[in-house]
Amino acid sequence: LAPWIPVVGLEIHAQISSKSKLFSGSQVQFAAPPNSLVSFFDASLPGTLPVLNRRCVEAAVMTGLALNCSINKKSLFDRKHYFYADLPAGYQITQQRVPIAVNGSLSYSLCIDNKMSQMVTKTVRIKQIQLEQDSGKSLHDDTRSQTLVDLNRAGVGLMEVVMEPDMCCGEEAAAAVRELQLILQTLGSSQAVMAEGQLRVDANVSVHHPGEPYGVRTEVKNINSIRFLAKAIDYEIQRQIEELESGGTILNETRAFDSKLGCTVPMRDKEGKQDYRFMPEPNLPPLILYDAKSLPANMNHQQVINIDWIRERLPDLPSVKREKLVEQYGILPEHSFTLLNEDGLAEFFESVVKQTQMNPKKVMGWILNDFLSYLKQHSLTVKESPVSSFVLADLLNLLEKKEISSTAAKQVLAELWKGEGKTPLEIVKEQKLELLQDQKELEQICQAVIDGQENE
Amino acid sequence: QKVSVEVLDHLEHLALVDFRDLEGVERLQKAIQFADQLLEVNTDGVEPMDSVLEDRCLYLREDDVTEGNCTKDLLENAREKVEEYFLAPPGNIPLPKLEE
Repeated sequence: LAPWIPVVGLEIHAQISSKSKLFSGSQVQFAAPPNSLVSFFDASLPGTLPVLNRRCVEAAVMTGLALNCSINKKSLFDRKHYFYADLPAGYQITQQRVPIAVNGSLSYSLCIDNKMSQMVTKTVRIKQIQLEQDSGKSLHDDTRSQTLVDLNRAGVGLMEVVMEPDMCCGEEAAAAVRELQLILQTLGSSQAVMAEGQLRVDANVSVHHPGEPYGVRTEVKNINSIRFLAKAIDYEIQRQIEELESGGTILNETRAFDSKLGCTVPMRDKEGKQDYRFMPEPNLPPLILYDAKSLPANMNHQQVINIDWIRERLPDLPSVKREKLVEQYGILPEHSFTLLNEDGLAEFFESVVKQTQMNPKKVMGWILNDFLSYLKQHSLTVKESPVSSFVLADLLNLLEKKEISSTAAKQVLAELWKGEGKTPLEIVKEQKLELLQDQKELEQICQAVIDGQENE
Repeated sequence: QKVSVEVLDHLEHLALVDFRDLEGVERLQKAIQFADQLLEVNTDGVEPMDSVLEDRCLYLREDDVTEGNCTKDLLENAREKVEEYFLAPPGNIPLPKLEE
């Protein structure tokens, strides 16, 4: 049987972290009473007009720069038409013709063969980033044959990040999305929490034989976590291969991932090809961005967005942070990934290192093997840890000064985890875990043991 | 040139407009003929203009919360509601096919 080449492309919608919506002044907030965060514009009442939120534009520029994109100094808004109860206007304002950023790239790392020690770097091309509106939420009540509509989310700003189909499996897609998530969180342009719908990923999957044209692709939606993203993609690749090998064909359709069953199923409402009848948004002039060279002299500052100004203020991206950690502390590259993967862990590590004389590499061992595993066991975040960096450093100092053994230190840590407020030294004294350094005392103990043996 | 059944069906489906009666179809054909006059203008070498606002400045709003919190007003317009949700039929109901 000829080998199959799977092709995976991703469309990612990231909710912009802003106080108000993309084109209106209503609040952006997860979980609020239904229809309480809705303005007349969001409800598409006649006589309302879109007014662009400056913060949303800045978020998109930051993200474009972080993903190595060219920022379009002139971008346009368009209407994408389709009918759905949670889209009151009957169209979504998006950027189809000329989006705000194009032609970027995202580098991510993978472990080969599940061994953390062998990491390989891959790149996926970013086709474009566009600003667009989010829709409201539909709650389907099948028993009463009705849909409940909440427009709180309608009009929230989104950045759609379109990736070229450069990936070949669920693992690559998951790693790329994880890295994008970290970048967005570092920039602050999106909090990118998938569980709260702030980061939504749709996967386009197809398979073909080497040398042949690309196969028909399906779109997989309704993926709620990075873990499910990998599963959904791998399932769909397998499904397509099995279908084609048994003589069937692949339909160009939209499928939903069912996390309980671990499979993809056709989506009822998306049958047939959609004709979105794109047209320019007549109520919005082109979006013009400036840089240091093209900055107009007499314009109100508040009305001007300077790309260079934003570029200068970009924080260190995750890849740079990792390099710095490796360089500064001599830790292994794969450990720098672990530090950044856990929210607050890198700061915790650096804080401990500052407060102890112990070699950072040894500290890393304690963070990975003891501290992190405790956190995972009790499902806690670094912020929720009962053991602070000060307390851990205190304990590691006792170990460094050889006042306790490594085994004793683990015992003390177990006690500290109870969060009863005792200091490491207090626990050591309580449990009599001090290392004996006195030669004479040690000789006496050894002699007593030997004597005891002789008596048996 | 007549508008085919397939095109009519497609348009009705997209726009949720009912062209069902003969008068409606004739009106549509006349409207297309009227608009076709645009094709008589020579636009070779002319850059398309898609908005009369193209030279205007796009106003940027500060990111402040200034609106919302008017659930009652919004729901007053709704014919049907459940608690504070708008009520809609389940999914998209496809139109029946146009018969010849």
